[in-house]
Formats: sequence, structure tokens, C-alpha cells
Amino acid sequence: MSLWRHAIRGLRVLLRRTNTDNELDDEIRQYVEEAVAAKVADGLSPADARRLVRLETGSAVGVREAVRSSGWEHRLTTVIADVRYGARRLRRGPSFTAVAVLTLSVGIGATTAIFGAVRAVLLDPLPYPHAERVVMVSDSTPQGEPLPATFGTYREITHRSRAFEALAPVRDWQPTLVGAAEPERLSGERVGAEFFRALGVPPLIGRDFQVDEDRPNSPLVVIVSHELWRRRFSSDPAIIGRTVDLDGASFEVVGVMPAGFSNALAPSTEIWTTLKYNTIFTAEDREWGHHLRLVGRLRAGATLHSAREELNGIARSPVPEFPRVPWARLSNGFITTSLLTDMTRSIRPMLLDIFGGVVLLLVIACVNVTNLLLARGGQRRGEFAMRAALGAGRGRLFQQLLTESVLLAVIGGAGAVAVATIACSTIVALAPPGLPRVDSIRVDSRVFGFALLLATAVGTIVGILPALSAAAQDLRASAQETSKRHGASHHRLRRLLVAAEVAVAVVLLAGAGLLLRSIDRVYAVPIGFQPNGLLTMQVQQAGARYRSNERRSDFYARALDAVRAESGVSAAALTSLLPLSGDVDIYGVHFEADPGADADGAAMRYAVTPDYFRVMGIPLRTGRLLTTHDKAEAPRAVVLNEAFARRKFPAGNALGQRLRFGPTEGNWYTIVGVVADVRQSPLDAAPPDALYVTPEQWHWVDPSMTIVVRGEANATALSPLIRRAIWSVDKDVPVVREATMASLARLAVADRSFALILFEAFGLAALILVTTGLYGVLSGAVTERTREIGVRSALGATRQAVVGLVLRDGLALAGVGALAGLAVAAAATRALDALLFGISPLDPLTYAAVVALLLAASAIACISPAYRAASIDPSVALRAE
Amino acid sequence: MSGLYRAAMGQINTDVIQGTLDLLILKTLSLEPMHGFGIARRVEQISRGVFKVNAGSLFTALERLTRAGFLDAEWRSTENARRAKYYTLTRAGRKQLDAHAAEWRRRATAIERLLSAES
Repeated sequence: MSLWRHAIRGLRVLLRRTNTDNELDDEIRQYVEEAVAAKVADGLSPADARRLVRLETGSAVGVREAVRSSGWEHRLTTVIADVRYGARRLRRGPSFTAVAVLTLSVGIGATTAIFGAVRAVLLDPLPYPHAERVVMVSDSTPQGEPLPATFGTYREITHRSRAFEALAPVRDWQPTLVGAAEPERLSGERVGAEFFRALGVPPLIGRDFQVDEDRPNSPLVVIVSHELWRRRFSSDPAIIGRTVDLDGASFEVVGVMPAGFSNALAPSTEIWTTLKYNTIFTAEDREWGHHLRLVGRLRAGATLHSAREELNGIARSPVPEFPRVPWARLSNGFITTSLLTDMTRSIRPMLLDIFGGVVLLLVIACVNVTNLLLARGGQRRGEFAMRAALGAGRGRLFQQLLTESVLLAVIGGAGAVAVATIACSTIVALAPPGLPRVDSIRVDSRVFGFALLLATAVGTIVGILPALSAAAQDLRASAQETSKRHGASHHRLRRLLVAAEVAVAVVLLAGAGLLLRSIDRVYAVPIGFQPNGLLTMQVQQAGARYRSNERRSDFYARALDAVRAESGVSAAALTSLLPLSGDVDIYGVHFEADPGADADGAAMRYAVTPDYFRVMGIPLRTGRLLTTHDKAEAPRAVVLNEAFARRKFPAGNALGQRLRFGPTEGNWYTIVGVVADVRQSPLDAAPPDALYVTPEQWHWVDPSMTIVVRGEANATALSPLIRRAIWSVDKDVPVVREATMASLARLAVADRSFALILFEAFGLAALILVTTGLYGVLSGAVTERTREIGVRSALGATRQAVVGLVLRDGLALAGVGALAGLAVAAAATRALDALLFGISPLDPLTYAAVVALLLAASAIACISPAYRAASIDPSVALRAE
Repeated sequence: MSGLYRAAMGQINTDVIQGTLDLLILKTLSLEPMHGFGIARRVEQISRGVFKVNAGSLFTALERLTRAGFLDAEWRSTENARRAKYYTLTRAGRKQLDAHAAEWRRRATAIERLLSAES
């Protein structure tokens, strides 16, 4: 219990200092009196006795201090005293304090906000038990890019692999829910029966899918999200066992997921059903289509590494029980990653680069504050000398100054939390759609803790140099000093720091500049069509009415005619796949010319009405476009994109060649034309191989198509007319995903814009900080050189000469820093490689522009000090000392 | 024993005199409750002047021992009608004294043995 006593006694001393001190004083006084009395009793005179006791005991204050300094609370009182003193000093220099706190707030706040984003998106484990064991498996392209897996591959893995506790295929599903309320298109997933076990989250009420519910022709069952349950079924627990009408079929609800369950693979998913793929299938069947994502849970004891090894072993060693098709031979192995890595694959390099950028900004902010502290230390030499004369040791002085800078940084840290809160909401608002878990980016207690920790660290770092420099001075010498010409060494330090700051700013600005140039290059990429004035929306067919291909075709034909008949519509077409939509629809391709080859295994399939090319503005390169004559019974015709044709037929003899596409039965397609490359998404990826056929000549009629409309004027205004036209054919079809092509083109560069905006913000802040930092140093230099400048003017230096003196000084500093910065930037900007497009990390134009910008900023920083130097009156300056 | 006290003792035990002082105070107070000067005088008398107790060290030690829970203190009147702060050994203090004394004897014997072996 003595810890308790220690704490209580210490607190009592702290809180009731006078009382405890008085008590101790009484005790010491009594001691002295007893001692004197004892000496008198031994025969000494009272005066002698008193003197002797004083000699033996020492002063009462000394004794008291000895006792007091032994308690733990003593250390605390010193710190409190230092903090109080520091706070007083900070209040006495309000402009210094404001500038320093503001600088630190921005630096620490921005870093904290970006850290919050990095943590929420990249670091926090996903909300599943043992989330590190949830992995994604995909097929691989020859380039090592992930490719959706086929069901055939999934079947082989489940039978041969031992690494998984559960493994489930997943594909998108967009059923239309019909019920009392109006029809609603839901975003859902068809999944293998083990899906929820793979994620490790069972339904809240009801039950999980059973294996026999994943067989063809098994009962139709669904599990719904908590949100859907609340929204459409009023959180009714009796929902279990009830049926819901989806796409005209009755599904039994068997489970409801818990409220917090988030589906990392597709956050908006609200409903799940089983996949029900066949276990016996041929190469023509969908089971061999590349359209499945595989999510698995590793067995306890299995690691990502061991799973990867095992799967690649399986890929290398086909067995006769599991024959493979040419487009799913697995010759490039599997791509096996944790779910978190899979989700953040595209975003990770960008976020890390942004984090790097903000750290540079923080470094600049720190250097600026260090310089401010150094300058202030220069002004406070008299005070330090006084304290030293009164008995403060160097260590004590060092501690005091460090306390001040940490205090400054902690105040800055409080401001930083405000800055971070604003910055976080800005990040969330600006976030590109591809950024996962955006909603968890916020300032919470952990981010707050980070800010505080960072502030303390920053306070120590910015304080160390100034505190060392102050403590190291010859204090007695400075006490006697009257001149202002002192501290040459600490002035050199400040100049060095400013040059370093310029160097860091060059790195940051070079990064921003390269990103800016990249985005320009991305925009300059020919996307292969005319996006302006195009409105698109997806029409979905649902329900029993559309079971047959004829019904579907008939609906599309009538809907297209109805849309074309609307006034204001200049042209309209249908496509199964919309460029820049991010959708993928890949099928195996098989050229007659090289039987058996699978290197060109897959291409995007566009089933389009003949008008499509004209509506989109996709230019024909050679041959002909698809026409209305390419009907079901006509010879099958296919149009290739340019890159594919050029690679496959370098001699330019593509026309007339024949190929099979998708299911391998039926007639060959003859290549009748080649059109320009169209970017699918994102813009900066190589244009995918693409094949265009008419819907009539494809193997089936797609259940959903996108209508592309070119308007005579404002395309967006046509939206209600187009919907009305479609609904005039069938009022029950959902019309979804309305977008203009121009907005899709903007979205396709959203990641880049996000990174660019942040880097530009950091760059601007860095520029402001560097300018003020340079201004501070130059301004200090002019003050110190007042006498020298006075002498120069007295000896006949013109105002121009004096201005030139200051300007040269400032620009030389900035120039040296910029040169060093260029060298560092040349190495550091390589880290941006993943974000750059069509531009070298060493782009000379960018570097030249950055240096020019910094020199211009430096010149601005010189103006006021130069003007002040030029207006120094020699007679005043010379009398000044 | 608390970490704080152990830390404090650890510092002080390196100093032989300091460590001794704690033992002497505990021993003196085991006879009867006493005030600060009484303790100092008694230590001097019993040790026949070998140990002179410095007031600063004495009060620091008293504060430390009180915080460790070995001593209790209260203000009382002295025999010559002054008010003084009297220290009493607590039960924990008595235990500490026994342990401390045993340890001290063990070491003293060992040192004594070493010294006599030398001659």
C-alpha cells in the first residue's frame, strides 16, 4: 500500500504546498530549539549554542528543500514551473507564438489527417475475425495482372487444395425486387455456399447457406443485409421463411446479416443468393467464363505464402480429372493476396505517396519553427545569461527551452486536431470512388492520440537545436555583451536550415509538378470516341416475360426505336458494355489461323447495334463497320480494335480472317473491319483487346444493355424523355446507371485528380512556409547588418547596390537549396512512378518550372528586407551602437 | 513492496551511510516513539558519536520511511511542553526492521570474517 501513500503524500504536497511546508518548517524549528537546548544543557552559552547548531544543521530552507526534492512530486513541480514560465514567454511574444503555432498546426494537422486516411484504408484490419486469413485468388494474365477466375478453375482448386477452410466464388447479381413498394434494383451477389464462412461472419438471424442450396435446380434462397431488412421489411424477425419476388421468381429468405457486417468485396451489396453452377459442364458453358472472384479463408496454420505455393503448384501440374480449357490453362499461375491487399491494390501506391508528400510538408514546417526558435533564442541571450548567473545549469536551461518548444508544439497539436478534422472531411469529399472504406476515415481517439504523440515528437525535434545552441553559448560572455553583432554560428545554422527547407520544397513541388503533367498527359490520351454530348443509361430486363431471346430482342428493338423517335435525340445505339464504365466482359478468342494458341486468349466483348460506332464517334480504320445486314441468319461478322488487329496481324491482313469467340460451337466470325482503340477503364491502362459483334449474331441476348444517346443540344436534359420512351415499351424495366460519357471520363481520372489536388495543396503550403522562412532569415540578417549597410551607404553605395546586396543574399540561399533539392528530387520522385503517366520522373520541364517558381517566391521574400535595408539612414545606423 | 519505494531504496542503498540511517532510525523508534531531534540524539548517544546525523538527511529519511508506510507521525507535546512531531514504528516498519537488521548482521558477519581471515 505504500505506492498509495506515496501518491497521496505527493499529491498533498502538490495541492497544499503551504500547509505541508509550514508543517515541515515547524518540525525543523522544533528540532533546532531542542538542539540548542541540549547544547545549553551541556554548558554552552545560548548564543554559542545557537551558532553551533546553525553550523551543524544548515539553513532551515536548505533542509526543507532537501526533504522536498526527495519526493516524486518534486520533478513534477519543476516541469510545472517550466511549463508556466514557458507559457508566460509564449504570451509575451504573441506574433512569434501565433506564427509558430499556425505552422505546426498545419504541418501536424495535415500529417494527422493523411495518417488517418492511410490507417483507415490500408492498415486497419477488415472487420472479420482473423481478417488476415481472408484471401482472394484470381487467375493471372501473361502480364501478371489479375484476371477473374472461371468456375472450372474454382472446382479444381476446391478439390485439390488443402489450404482453405472455406472457398467461395462470387459474381455480381442485380435482381429487381418486386413487392408492395415500387420495383427496386438491388445490388447483390451470387456466391458459393461457403461465402459467409470464408468471411467468418454468420447471419444475425436465420441461417447460412447450405451446400445443397448451391446445386443447380435447388430451392431459391437469399440472405439479406441488415439495412435491406430494415428498409424493405421493417426489421420484421418473421421475415425468415418468407418469400420475396426477385426478377419474377420467388426466393425464400433464410437469413439476415448483422448490422455491422460490411462486405469488403462490394460495400453496397444488400442481398446474396447461391451461385448454382453445374458441376458437369463443357467448354461452351458459362462455367468456363472468366467472371468469378474467389474469396477464401485459410485454414489455421496455413499462411498466405504457403497457400500461394500450393496454388501455384496446382497451376503447374494439371491432372486428368480436371481438364482445362485453352483460356484457363493457368499457365501464368494464380494471384493470391490477402483481401485487404486485393482491395487496396490500386490505391496503395497513391496513398503512400501522398503520405510521403505530407511528411515532407511536416519537415518544412518543423524547419521553419526551428528557425523561428533559433531567432528567438538569439533575442533571449540576455535572459539566459541572467538565469545562468542565478545558478541555472546548462542542463536546466536546456530542459526549460525544450519544455517551451514542446509546449508550443502541443498547442499546435490542439490546432492540428481542428485542421485534421477539416482535412479529413475534405479528403472524404474528394475521395475517388475507388477508395475503399472511405466512411471510416475520421478523427477518432486514435487519430487524436497520434496528433498528440506527433506534436510531442515534433516539439522535441524542433526544440533540440535551439535549446542546444542556447545552452552551449558562453553565457557569461553574452551577459557582458552589449553589441547586437553576435551569434554568427547560430546565424549560419539558420541559413543552412532555410536552404534545406528550400531543398525539401523542391522535392515536394517537383512531385506536384510531375503529377500535374501526368494528368495532362492522361487527358491527352485519345479515348477513341467523342465523349461530349453523350448520355448513357442501362436498361435491365427482369422477370418471366424476358425468358426468351426473342422477347428480349423485341424489347430492345422497340425501346431503341422509341428513344430515337424522341425530339432532341440525334442518334441512339445499344451496347452490352460501356467504355469507361469499369465493367469487364471477357471471352476467349480462338483464331482460325493459329489453332491451339491461347496467348491471345481473351478480349472484351461488345455486342452493339450497328449505329453504335457513329453515335460514339469511333472512327473506322479499315474494312467496314457492322451493318443492319449482319442479322442472325447472315454470315457472322466481327470488328476488331486497332491494337488487337495490329498485334495479331502485323502484316495488316486482318480483314477476312476468321475467329471463334466465346462458346466454341457454331460458325466462324469473319473479320470485316478494324476500328480505333477505345479505353475501357482506367484511361491510363493500355486499351484492351476488343471485339464488336451485332447482338443478333451473338450467342444469346444480353439481359441488360446500355443505351447511348447523342443529343442535339444538352444531353442531360434528354434524360426524362429517354426514360419515358423506354417505359412506353415496358413500364416495369429498371433504368439505371445514368451518366454522361464526359462524367465517366472525369471519373476515370479521379484517383489522379485526388493525388494531384493533395500534392498541390501541400506544394502551396510548402511555398508559403519557405517564403516566410526565407523572409525571416533575410530580415534578421538585415537587422544584424544595419551597421555594415550604414557604412556602405556612407561610403557611397547606392540604394540599388544595397537592394542588390540583400537580393543576392536571398537568391543565393534559395539557389543553393534548390540545387540540393534537385539532386534529392531526382532520386525521390522515383517513388511516384506508379502515379506518373507518359512522363519521366526526371522531366526537365517540371524541374525547371519548380526552380523558377521557388526563385520567384524567394525574390518576393527579399522585397521587404531589401526595401528596409535600402532605407537605412547611415547617420542613424552608425550612431546605433 | 511498492515500485516507488524500491526505486528510492535502490538509489539510496548504493550509499552505505544512507542505508544505515534508515536502519538506525527504525531501530531507535522500535524502543519508543520519538521526535526528529530525539532520534538524532539517541543515534549519536548509542553509537557513542560514531554516527552524526545531518538534519537534512534525517528529515528526508523520515519522510521517505513515512511514505513507505514504516512510520506513523503525529504532533504531540514534549516533556518540556513544546509541540513536536512524534514518529512511531508501524507493523510494516517492524517487519522491515527485522529484515533489515538480519540482512545487516549477515553482511557484517561476512565482512568481519573476511577481515579476520586477512590477518
